[in-house]
Amino acid sequence: MRDEILKELVQPDNLVYSKTELMTDKTLSYCPGCGHGTAHRITMEVIEELGLWEDTIGIAPVGCSVLAYEFMNIDMQQAAHGRAPAVATAIKRCWPDKIVFTYQGDGDLAAIGTAETLHAINRGENIVIIFVNNGIYGMTGGQMAPTTLLGMKSSTSPYGRDEATMGNPLKITELISQLPGAYFVTRQAVHTPATVRKTKKAIRMAFQNQMDKKGGVSFVEIVSNCNSGWKMTPVQSNQWLIENMLPFYPLGDIKINGEFINK
Amino acid sequence: MTEEIIIAGFGGQGVLSMGKILAYSGIMQDQEVSWMPSYGPEMRGGTANVTVIISDEKVSSPILTEFDTAIILNQQSMDKFENSVKPGGYLLYDPNGISRHPERSDIKIITIEGSKLAAEMGNSKIFNMVVLGAYLKIRPIVNLDNVIKGLKKSLPERYHSLVPLNKSAIKKGMENIVEVN
Amino acid sequence: MGDLKLMKGNEAIAEAAIRAGVDAYFGYPITPQSEIIEYLMAEKPHERTGMVVLQAESEVAAINMVYGAAGTGKKAMTSSSSPGISLKMEGISYLAGAELPAVIVNVVRGGPGLGTIQPSQADYFQATKGGGHGDYRMIVLAPASVQEMSDFVSLAFDLAFKYNNPVMILSDGVIGQMMEKVDLKDSVARWTDEEVKENSPWATVGKTKDRERNIITSLDLDPSHQEKHNEKLLLKYADITKNETRIEKIDCDDAEYLFVAYGSSARIAQKAIQLARAKGIKVGLLRPITLYPYPSEMVAKMADQVKGILAVEMSAGQMVEDVRLAVEGKVKVEHYGRVGGIIHSPQEVLEALEKKIIGG
Repeated sequence: MRDEILKELVQPDNLVYSKTELMTDKTLSYCPGCGHGTAHRITMEVIEELGLWEDTIGIAPVGCSVLAYEFMNIDMQQAAHGRAPAVATAIKRCWPDKIVFTYQGDGDLAAIGTAETLHAINRGENIVIIFVNNGIYGMTGGQMAPTTLLGMKSSTSPYGRDEATMGNPLKITELISQLPGAYFVTRQAVHTPATVRKTKKAIRMAFQNQMDKKGGVSFVEIVSNCNSGWKMTPVQSNQWLIENMLPFYPLGDIKINGEFINK
Repeated sequence: MTEEIIIAGFGGQGVLSMGKILAYSGIMQDQEVSWMPSYGPEMRGGTANVTVIISDEKVSSPILTEFDTAIILNQQSMDKFENSVKPGGYLLYDPNGISRHPERSDIKIITIEGSKLAAEMGNSKIFNMVVLGAYLKIRPIVNLDNVIKGLKKSLPERYHSLVPLNKSAIKKGMENIVEVN
Repeated sequence: MGDLKLMKGNEAIAEAAIRAGVDAYFGYPITPQSEIIEYLMAEKPHERTGMVVLQAESEVAAINMVYGAAGTGKKAMTSSSSPGISLKMEGISYLAGAELPAVIVNVVRGGPGLGTIQPSQADYFQATKGGGHGDYRMIVLAPASVQEMSDFVSLAFDLAFKYNNPVMILSDGVIGQMMEKVDLKDSVARWTDEEVKENSPWATVGKTKDRERNIITSLDLDPSHQEKHNEKLLLKYADITKNETRIEKIDCDDAEYLFVAYGSSARIAQKAIQLARAKGIKVGLLRPITLYPYPSEMVAKMADQVKGILAVEMSAGQMVEDVRLAVEGKVKVEHYGRVGGIIHSPQEVLEALEKKIIGG
């Protein structure tokens, strides 16, 4: 029944928007309202627009986006938790003319994979890292992440993140920007059409850097929401993101072409 | 023919490289060889030893507790290895720095003043070659030509100019052994 | 005859890797195997063959680099020693789950924990029974000479690509650190990119429009799929057991007693055989060359011939369990081995045979 209705509705003359061929037809496993879907789509659009379909190898992490390879219609590897930058390093070293990117969440990149992240960047591997920061472990059920804000409640910080016993949220993006191997570092978001456009531009620059064999990692943080983990509606979670996440994780470019941006 | 040798002394005396040259010499005359060092922290200034086996047959165990010949270059090694020489075997040592001399009567005991002779030749680094010469005098299991070939094989090319010096050190060792018993 | 050299076991592995056309080595220093990466770095393999050699930030990173490279169809390897291999176990389980060909060298040292840097064979269980999580097996080769350290590199890659499975070369501090004569094989060229794609059509090298995308993963959230995947792996392991079991027999024809020993213990046992036979004791040696698959049938056959079997290994008794499983109580099976980095001597092995098997 659903299919028949869809067939009737989806006619060439009704078409105002189509998804890139680089996204599969598989239904996304992400919660409605989650930023991952948008981040996936704009990444794949950039790869298509730059003509990189046949040359790109992506690496999925462990976390909500562990199944990214089900949705991204390109060759992909699924890496052990936190190890995507090591996996990407090897692929790029073995196939220097291919385009290699990792797609990682905050737990994967900034907790268990801190060493791999730091050292891949420090070696200046010519890869793209897309880092989705929603301040929580979504897949395992809303536990505290390295990027969870102070006072923020999660299933392992049920009374709020306490600085004295749980430490501070980690600004890994600022941290890695200090490394000479970080060529392009930016923090973006996908909660409004305007931020989506900016993020896509940043992702395009990241891939362009790799195509141009510019020395170093291009690192795009995307501050995103987790409405189910934060226990909010999608609209509430975007509002919460604006009021709480963005003041601590301010948007904007940190480093372009290996140079810090003075604000 | 199978010759099972232990060379033992301080790290830095050239114990391991002496063993390596000996092993390479064996290869040069188509023999089977093995070279098994003690390894680890003791390499840094402590005692070092290496077991070298040269044989007409395939070498079985590279690890041994009894030897045909022991080449002993410090007191600790004397204490450790004097009793591991097979009856009828050889114990060659440099008396310099040895406070308790070997006492066994069922083995042949030979000394070589390796450090003294090397100092006389003006280069303490050839100490191990003097000792090697002494060993070859008592156990001529490899001939000198093959030792020189082995030496060239185990030295990087840039040190090949030192081969004549090493050769004269070996000869010096051959000429200066003292049979104790 | 190729190129005759006096080399350490560790150096022989490194040189053999360059000559075998290996594409990438990723490692992290640890005694007693650091000569492998040192030798590779000194040899500039990127100039000799184009091989990638990278010192990783950890053993964990190194094995995951191997995963990444292997997932693109390249011949990739790593090496470490016991504590480092423990760190690699997660990655090895992923390699096995994703069915990737790769070679892992373990130059075993004494444990548990940081243990010692001296030789040991106490990683047998870890290598042959799993080590990482899940139902998987590695093919495990046990070299007993520097020559085999060299020869087993290309053999390991042949097996890895034949079965799309990780292969471990299980060595120890004796074989890694000793020098022996090696007859080095002639070099073979690395596969071209086209050959890589042809040999490994599953590899992630960029999705062309004429095929579905290639995915390297060990994940399937649907347990019915995961069960099928496990069953497929089991069939593969049965195939490996049927086709790839390897042993060497020494002095077995007239043997009344038998040593079962691998790696350096097999060498020591050979000397013990000489000492025993000089005393009129007819003892032979069965040396498993593959530890997985284990040569159970061959051991069982020898149990019909001999009066007793001594498993000799530098461990508290690990492989002896497989000997007992194979022998099924037909004859007495005992274990002898020094532990914690102490190497047993041929005399000690002979004494153990006399006490535990002949006299016992």
